[in-house]
Amino acid sequence: MSAGAAALGQRQRGTSVAQFVERFALVGAWIALVVVFSVLKPDTFATSSNFAAILGSQAVLVVVTCALLIPLTAGDYDLSITGVLTLSQMIIGILNTRHDIPVYLCVALALLMGALVGLINGAFVVVLGIDSFIVTLGTGTFLGGVVLWISNSETFAGISSQLTRPVVVDRFLGVPLAFYYGLAVVIAVWYFLEYTSLGRQLLFVGRSRSVARLTGLRVGRLRWGALVASGVISAAAGVLYAGITGAADPVSGAEFLLPAFAAAFLGATSIVPGRFNPWGSFIAVYFLVTGITGLTLFGIESWVHDMFYGGALVFAVTISQIARHREEHQTSVPDS
Amino acid sequence: MNHDPREVVALRHISKTFDGVRALHDVDLTVCRGEVHGLLGENGSGKTTLIKVLAGFHAPDAGGELEINGRPVPLPLWPGQFRRLGMSFVHQDLGLVPSLSVTENLLVGDMASRRSWRLSWARERRRTTEILTSFGLELDPCAKVSDLRTTDRALLAIVRAVGEIRMNTAGDESAYGLLVLDEPTVFLPTSDRDQLFSIVREIAARRASVLFVSHNLDEVLEITDRVTVLRDGEVRGTIDTAEASNEVLVEMIIGRKLPTNSIARAQTEAGKEISVDGLTGGSARDVSLKFRAAEVVGLTGLVGSGFEEIPYCVFGARAAAAGRLEMDGRTFDLRGMIPSRALEAGVALIPADRQHDGSVGSLSVGDNITLPVLDRYRSPLGLNRRRMRSDARKLLEQFDVRPPDPRFRYQSLSGGNQQKAMLAKWLQTKPSLLLLHEPTQGVDVGARQQIFQLMREAAANGTAVVCMSTDYEQLAAVCDRVVVFGRGRVARELTGGEITEERIAEQCYRFAEEHSGSHLDASGARR
Repeated sequence: MSAGAAALGQRQRGTSVAQFVERFALVGAWIALVVVFSVLKPDTFATSSNFAAILGSQAVLVVVTCALLIPLTAGDYDLSITGVLTLSQMIIGILNTRHDIPVYLCVALALLMGALVGLINGAFVVVLGIDSFIVTLGTGTFLGGVVLWISNSETFAGISSQLTRPVVVDRFLGVPLAFYYGLAVVIAVWYFLEYTSLGRQLLFVGRSRSVARLTGLRVGRLRWGALVASGVISAAAGVLYAGITGAADPVSGAEFLLPAFAAAFLGATSIVPGRFNPWGSFIAVYFLVTGITGLTLFGIESWVHDMFYGGALVFAVTISQIARHREEHQTSVPDS
Repeated sequence: MNHDPREVVALRHISKTFDGVRALHDVDLTVCRGEVHGLLGENGSGKTTLIKVLAGFHAPDAGGELEINGRPVPLPLWPGQFRRLGMSFVHQDLGLVPSLSVTENLLVGDMASRRSWRLSWARERRRTTEILTSFGLELDPCAKVSDLRTTDRALLAIVRAVGEIRMNTAGDESAYGLLVLDEPTVFLPTSDRDQLFSIVREIAARRASVLFVSHNLDEVLEITDRVTVLRDGEVRGTIDTAEASNEVLVEMIIGRKLPTNSIARAQTEAGKEISVDGLTGGSARDVSLKFRAAEVVGLTGLVGSGFEEIPYCVFGARAAAAGRLEMDGRTFDLRGMIPSRALEAGVALIPADRQHDGSVGSLSVGDNITLPVLDRYRSPLGLNRRRMRSDARKLLEQFDVRPPDPRFRYQSLSGGNQQKAMLAKWLQTKPSLLLLHEPTQGVDVGARQQIFQLMREAAANGTAVVCMSTDYEQLAAVCDRVVVFGRGRVARELTGGEITEERIAEQCYRFAEEHSGSHLDASGARR
């Protein structure tokens, strides 16, 4: 036995370099991308206004990805995140611009709506045992319809500066505050998943429902709670979106769905490889947007956006699958 | 090599070694034309390994030979090759698709090989009925398999296997096929066995031989023509069933004559009592048991006798139809039991399926063992990860888990160390009742002794330890008291000097027979 353990220990030490590379490959790729584009396009890419734009523009995606990470960690999909995001933005747009309701009250209502959608998703998934993929695909599409109905397919511009100022107008170090809100959500979710017992329990629920149940975890409640959390955080992303654009439009929010999944899965290949983690997703979001921004500066049309995110999602999932296979094949040590 | 024309399948000099452990040693087995051949042996005697060699699942060690219908076939077989050789297997899980109809299940292989652009379902249904009636079966071809009785499902799987053999031996008039039935009766009600047996005879009469794998002596005596007994991976003999008796077979299976009686063991003094009353669930029927603190109790019986249901029902992992648990002056209704409540009451369960139910292999050992005690590490700044790691390391050292590194991936540990980590995970919660199901399955010999030691220590510290197992040697080594189950009920309790490997084995087989008159409900089948 001890020989086997020693050999294994050696292998682990031997692979620590490889592990480091695996953990930080995405960070390296991101830095490389920034350097390459800066060298090639010093006038347009390597400007502080461009960096500020890149950082500020992605806050919504960062937050909605963080929302998605929680149910993914618990082993459930949530495809209704962008439906909630759009509805939250629309609630603020309509109530604030048409009915002159104070914007903070609108924000509170939007967050409440997010919680409600999470409760409904959870009821179907946990109580009735329906696959989360199907349930949230349905509720997400349903919410999209609700948005078109209440907005009459119109865009509502002129949201109160009480919201836009603290989100996009005010800056810190030249970067809109929205970026820091996104960062704050990343830190909060990271803390939750790593340093609270609920976060640890969620991880086990996602890896093996059977083990979680036999260790006394309330699997149903935890999954339900994860869906409520993703509803509330998605609604917060909608608030941020309304603040950044100063308006509410009924369709553009849906475009965040695929990028959120791409960022979540690509993020799971770095920082803590094999686990959905907010820092990895944070890096992934900015890696993807840097690539897209750079390419558009070369005059490539905006369709590259879709190709980039679509490709990244498949690539990320493939990488993690290969990593898992490799792991399964090398780890079983016979008794000796 | 001289060939007996009556031999359908002949295995010679088959050995199989797993990581230095010999599972089969120089095994010879021949099945003749039109014969029902029994393969008997205890759990771990090598029956399953031998079957898996035939199925091409395991590659035997060099030197083994296989002949089918007189023709040598090179070993190892590749997976799926057995079909072309005219063999077919029916395992306990039957391999049917429950949500599809009888017709679809029966003809699925046929449809896959035939290129037909238009299936006439009316014709297929007629064909199904013809095939079924030729075996004396009356089933609605449109019925969903999930709606069938357990017995009918088993019979359908057997008929399908025979159809497969026929299709593959159709070209060769002289060829015989082989149907392998792997423990087919374990979950069948006794009253329906006759039906199964008449089909088996029917099959043997029609250009196919049957290898009947079982550990039920009665059945083997009733249905087979010859029997081969395996023990510790070696053939202990092949005899004509007509010349065999119960006693002869038991002696061959367990390897010794039964001792009349041996030394008395010291009785454990009574401690705090935990009682289970009237537990019914799965194949267990109205079971009442008492466990005492500081005592190791073994629960055993043949597979399907109901003892394996007990820990899962008591822990609330599986629904019980009735039953009560009384401990520390509290009463729990087992119908509404859930694991979190059981844990809170001080019950812990280490399930047999470590990989699937016990732990998450892709996470670290530390994460796995601290999961039940996360609340201990709460602080205003969140979980105290440093203390979690240092405590986990101490715990792993205390339980001699190697390496004692909490960051090590759980699935990278060897079987014995995985199990010691599971014991560490639960014993740190100081349970009043610890339930273990097959605690030394897949564990090497050294770790096995350590696990016994840990179980004894847990008992000495005041835990009531209950060990569910079919490993009689283990029960004899570690238990103060052994409860033998037969047909879903408590059949016998062994104490003191009665606790020997032979005695336990003999009781298990005895009660499978004595109670064979009592009826086991069809719904007793698992999943």
